[in-house]
Amino acid sequence: MSENITKNENGTIMSDQDKTTTPSSLSDVAGARAAGASRVGTRALGTGLEARGVHAWFDKHHALADVSLDFSAGTVTALIGPSGCGKSTFIRTLNRMHEFIPKTSMAGQVLLDGKDIYESGIDVTKIRLQIGMVFQKPNPFPSMTIGENVLSGLKLAQLKVPNQSELMEECLTRAGLWNEVKDRLGAHAGGLSGGQQQRLCIARALAVNPKVLLMDEPCSALDPGSTLRIEETISELSKTMTIVIVTHNMQQAARVSDYTAFFLSDGGPGQMIEVGPTNEIFSRPKDTRTENYVTGRFG
Amino acid sequence: MTQTQISTATPSRPWAPTLKDRALTVTSILLAVILDIAIVATTPMKGKIAYFFLFFILWFIVDSIFVYRAKGQKGVRDALAAKVTLFGAVVVVMVVASILWETIHRGLKGVNVEFLTGTLRNTSLFDPLGSGGIAHAIIGTLMLIAIAIIFAVPMGILTALYLTEIKGKAAGLIQFLVQAMSGVPSVVAGLFIYAAIILNTPLRSSAFLGGLALTILMVPTVTRTSQEVLNLVPRDLREAGLAMGATQWKTVALVVVPAARSGLITATILGVARIAGETAPLLFTVGVFDSYNFNPIKGDQGSLPTVVWRGLQGGTPESIQWAWSTILALLIVVLIMFVSARFFGTRQMKRK
Amino acid sequence: MRSMSVQAPTQSPPPARVITTKPRVSDRIFRAIVTAFSFSALLILLLISIFLLIQGFNTFREQGFGFITGFEWFTFVDENGVETATFGLQAMLVGTLVISMIAVLIAVPLSVFTALFLTFYAPEGLKKYLVTIIDLMAAFPSILYGLWGFFVLMPMAEYWAQLINKWFGWIYIFDVPQPIFSRSPFIAGLVLTVMIIPIITSVSREVFSQTPLDRIQAAYALGATKWGMIRAVVLPFGAGGVVGGSMLGLGRAFGETVAVFSVLNIVFRSNFQILFTQGGNVASMIIQKWGEATPKEVGALMAAGLVLFFLTLIVNFLANQVVTRTVKSGR
Repeated sequence: MSENITKNENGTIMSDQDKTTTPSSLSDVAGARAAGASRVGTRALGTGLEARGVHAWFDKHHALADVSLDFSAGTVTALIGPSGCGKSTFIRTLNRMHEFIPKTSMAGQVLLDGKDIYESGIDVTKIRLQIGMVFQKPNPFPSMTIGENVLSGLKLAQLKVPNQSELMEECLTRAGLWNEVKDRLGAHAGGLSGGQQQRLCIARALAVNPKVLLMDEPCSALDPGSTLRIEETISELSKTMTIVIVTHNMQQAARVSDYTAFFLSDGGPGQMIEVGPTNEIFSRPKDTRTENYVTGRFG
Repeated sequence: MTQTQISTATPSRPWAPTLKDRALTVTSILLAVILDIAIVATTPMKGKIAYFFLFFILWFIVDSIFVYRAKGQKGVRDALAAKVTLFGAVVVVMVVASILWETIHRGLKGVNVEFLTGTLRNTSLFDPLGSGGIAHAIIGTLMLIAIAIIFAVPMGILTALYLTEIKGKAAGLIQFLVQAMSGVPSVVAGLFIYAAIILNTPLRSSAFLGGLALTILMVPTVTRTSQEVLNLVPRDLREAGLAMGATQWKTVALVVVPAARSGLITATILGVARIAGETAPLLFTVGVFDSYNFNPIKGDQGSLPTVVWRGLQGGTPESIQWAWSTILALLIVVLIMFVSARFFGTRQMKRK
Repeated sequence: MRSMSVQAPTQSPPPARVITTKPRVSDRIFRAIVTAFSFSALLILLLISIFLLIQGFNTFREQGFGFITGFEWFTFVDENGVETATFGLQAMLVGTLVISMIAVLIAVPLSVFTALFLTFYAPEGLKKYLVTIIDLMAAFPSILYGLWGFFVLMPMAEYWAQLINKWFGWIYIFDVPQPIFSRSPFIAGLVLTVMIIPIITSVSREVFSQTPLDRIQAAYALGATKWGMIRAVVLPFGAGGVVGGSMLGLGRAFGETVAVFSVLNIVFRSNFQILFTQGGNVASMIIQKWGEATPKEVGALMAAGLVLFFLTLIVNFLANQVVTRTVKSGR
């Protein structure tokens, strides 16, 4: 199939092939979001995060092939696709967590503000301060109090902050948890509900002031009420940082993201099939496979 | 961009230590060694241990200078932790190496054919090695092991079966009791047999009583290992047996136990390793004897640990040499047990 | 098709049926045999307590509480064959505690370092060898540790003791009334250290390896170094297991006999100056006195054995509680 492929200055790939597909309700949601979102002037976030030709292997198994994505500063990008297609593997190459699994290897580059984070000689712990991560299962440190959890990133990095309680309040507020815990910062983190724990993890990640926040299915273990609250948080956060979120839930992708990338594996390594503005992916996807997935024919 | 072709790429590991990193490590080690030798030569410190400790301290200092520039204070702490944990492991390995080396080195001197085939009937431990031997002690130890196996293995395995197959109401209590039994000091086991049997029955020191004392020490090990092994037998095996209409005991006897056979052998061997070198209980129950005694229920026995004990207490260079050579023999027995336990243990794993 | 109406159940569900089977005779016999053998453990422990108590009873009666608190141990037979005796265990009990504490204080850090190295730093191939070496250490007979301790370790340890005395002798425990450093509690403690390292290392390693992966990842994702992660996640998680393992080691040290006897000069005096050649522990005292004990003294030694038995029972019980609660439950 021939098509002209151009790249606009945001880095998203546009094609001149215009397929019209039946808009699903997802596209309505995504469209509403695109229309209603006002891109408030973002603070100087640098140029964002960019993956170029990223491959990943688990021992000999080629799990991810040639993924190139540009995450513009101040945007929310959702990674969707069926299970096992490499979305989680990909997101872990973005903050160098992939290398913790023994016998893994990778290829390609990941650029933060133009600099490759895999360059030799780089202190990887500093990278992870700038690219934070929130996991699927909330994992606050049970041996620490709520307050200590929020500040744990600073302690681990041995960063000195002039006013710790102020920072604590700010992070918990941004994560949408302040009002619920402000009177019990000294309580142990284990006593919180799942949704609260996840928001605590978000606050903890915020405390080290990252430029990018990676979220690996952050709501899949939570109830709908908590999910909604966290989605609100994501919207707020995206004003000051770049967010990449892996999600199984297409409605969620439609609700929170500006751009969506669709991943798929046909038995071989996972690949990124298509990326575009969210409302277009859901209403006018260019690839049949994308269309089949978003209309629910598989996955 | 829709992928129309996958660009191939070669896997790499950018996080692996680079040549530069390795060169840095080697440099810091070399520097530490040089400084180490220099400092020890110019100060009144002496001994291999001094070299050892000082090396680690110097290595840490030198390495920290390099690390600090790259990674700051938290990098230095990380490097320190890595070295400290390595230090611990090295100390442990050095201790084991020392024990093995010294035993072989000192013990081998006295070992010859006579040593392994003769007895102490006409020789005393104060005579130099060359005449006399410990064959009777080897036989004695083997007899003790055999008696202990006869009692401890059924008790141990049956108790393990209770805990894994029957799981009755008393399981918690039994588990607790097994743990309690594993804490019985060897002295107490010997005292008990003496108090219970020697003071109350006509029976006197013999291999039989020694075997009973050793049984007390062996059962907990056999039970614990058997339990672990039996728990590894997959549930479906039991369910298959029961589904075929077999009674529980038939299932256990004909399906479960054979499946766990290698592991149960391991449990026995580990139990034997535990008691083969026990000395204290034997002093109360078996006595000492310098010749063959093939009667397990009557008369003192020679045994390897008691020969070592007497050699050590003797205090002369000759008796101490006897002690070292005999302990070498005992160590070899234990090592054989150890290796065969591993062998049977891994066979169990593979069968699974 | 008959129309079927679906109604929500209006009544409470019927009571559950009691499922019974008639156990076969062979199974009954099987269960009986197995259960009986299992209770043999209980029987043995009870018998130990009973027989030692019977033999030691007179001692407890005559010495009373002084058996535990008294310091002297002697027996004297006058010309009429009347035996008077005083038996007091305190010196030995104190000695047991002193050398066991020395052992635990040195063994725990070494074991934790080794366990951390094994779990988080050692490459795969090396790990297997190291684990084998530690298991081997656990299999060495105690008299081997006694021999090695006396002939190999003691000369070095005496030198260290001299150094410690030279630089730190102003502290009471490192001071000595006379410069005799052989066969001291310090050396006995060192030998015990080596003997209990395998068990503390094994238990620590087991608990460290069970640290939940998601917490480890959370720490790394926050930019932690490996040590930072260990401090924030592994050590808090594993603290209970390490304590339990240490207590198991302590229990083992309490009951150690021949190894201690070989490297310790047993004197009936509570000695806290650990570098000096005076000390004791109950188990090795029993061995020492056994050879020439009068019948009355035999009773006293039995009583001492009973005391030792209960002491180790308690420590091991507590240790196992701690270990089971933390290791098995995976906090």
